[in-house]
Amino acid sequence: MKREITLNVNGEEWTVAVAPNETLLEVLRDRVGIKSPKIGCERGDCGSCTVILDGKTVRSCLVLAVEADGHGVLTVEGLSRDGITGLQQAFLDKNSFQCGFCAPGVILTASELLAKNPHPSEHEVKEALAGNLCRCTGYTPIIDAVLEVAERGGVEDDG
Amino acid sequence: MSISHEFDYRRPGSLEEAHELLREAGDGAALLAGGTDLVAWLRDGVVLPSLVVDLKGVPGLGEIVESGGSISLGALVTFADAIDSEVIRGRLPLIWEMARVMGSTGIRNRATISGNICSGVPSCDSGPVLLVLEAVVRVSAPGGEREAPINDWFKGPKKTDLRSGEIVVGLSIDAPGEGHGACYVKLRRNRGEDLAQAGVAVLALPDMSYRVAFGAVAPTPVRARRIESCLAGRHMDDAALVEAVGLVTEETSPIGDIRASLEYREHMLPVMLTRALRAAAARRDGDGPAYGTSLI
Repeated sequence: MKREITLNVNGEEWTVAVAPNETLLEVLRDRVGIKSPKIGCERGDCGSCTVILDGKTVRSCLVLAVEADGHGVLTVEGLSRDGITGLQQAFLDKNSFQCGFCAPGVILTASELLAKNPHPSEHEVKEALAGNLCRCTGYTPIIDAVLEVAERGGVEDDG
Repeated sequence: MSISHEFDYRRPGSLEEAHELLREAGDGAALLAGGTDLVAWLRDGVVLPSLVVDLKGVPGLGEIVESGGSISLGALVTFADAIDSEVIRGRLPLIWEMARVMGSTGIRNRATISGNICSGVPSCDSGPVLLVLEAVVRVSAPGGEREAPINDWFKGPKKTDLRSGEIVVGLSIDAPGEGHGACYVKLRRNRGEDLAQAGVAVLALPDMSYRVAFGAVAPTPVRARRIESCLAGRHMDDAALVEAVGLVTEETSPIGDIRASLEYREHMLPVMLTRALRAAAARRDGDGPAYGTSLI
């Protein structure tokens, strides 16, 4: 029962034949070759499979690929196509990640937050990132980096 | 783990087409809105539909419309939509307060309030809030539309009043108006994302009547009518609070599970009810904590 769907992934049109029971996460990783969304809990709890679908972060493990037919997906690969963003540089500067498994989801979720709210409070940063689990850092360097970007004026310089 | 069960998928462009698909598939059809429950259940193999009918192609279901004193939330309105809506924040601040503590950003962007009550899990955050607001569930049936009162909606864990062939098209809520106060207190294992270990919703009306409902402490979200009767007409003083708290064991039947022990739930319910009643009454009287303030 495969059907052709069209996805815009990081600005490129992809036409892929998928079965209705394939998730967006599986199709991105196995067909499109985009590896930044990670296979974590596969039940929407951990946030490691986060992608931006039509401008909003979603759990790609909880989206059927057929649901995304005709829609646009942005991943970290697309976000940093022209070089890393100011937010990513802040994460580097603060040594925010250790193993890196949560990093793509955290980067996308924080980018969404800063686009919507360029000057979030610490509480707002914690609330926004609450669904992206990190088992290495204790979150402090992640939150510090987002707050630093917020203080210097949001993401306007991120291109 | 991939979804091993195979099914067909359709995205109808109208309600009529959706009903046609449901008629053909009979009980084998599953309705899809945000999918944050359904896709997880498909993966777990607890639902095994022959056909998934995606409602996102049906026009007009994603809107929040205020008309007179009534506010309508279409079936595709997400928790994030509710948080971003000036109408919800201004007129139904209880829904705004609840939506902010449901799931996490990435779930709120996708999960719908109507889907939340259709999944009908006992811990659903929308349940107690919609119970005290006495929401009406608008159901499209093959023969026409019917209005299902939320107070008769929840029939058991994951069991609702939605019948075969029917589609929830939205919720209608009469805004309680100026001068009301409300509060949703949610107990969870961490401040971020979690299902409710227990939830309490309170609506304090200008005529000094109260509506109270609990989530995650009975087989369904439950309205606490005895507590409401006990509090009717009274100011929220210590005597009223003590009497209300004394009725909690009559109104709820909590269990122990992976998220909280029975003893913990029993211990916390009076604490939560007290804080929710105080905050809702204070908000009604104009000096309560801002909506969205964590009270636990």
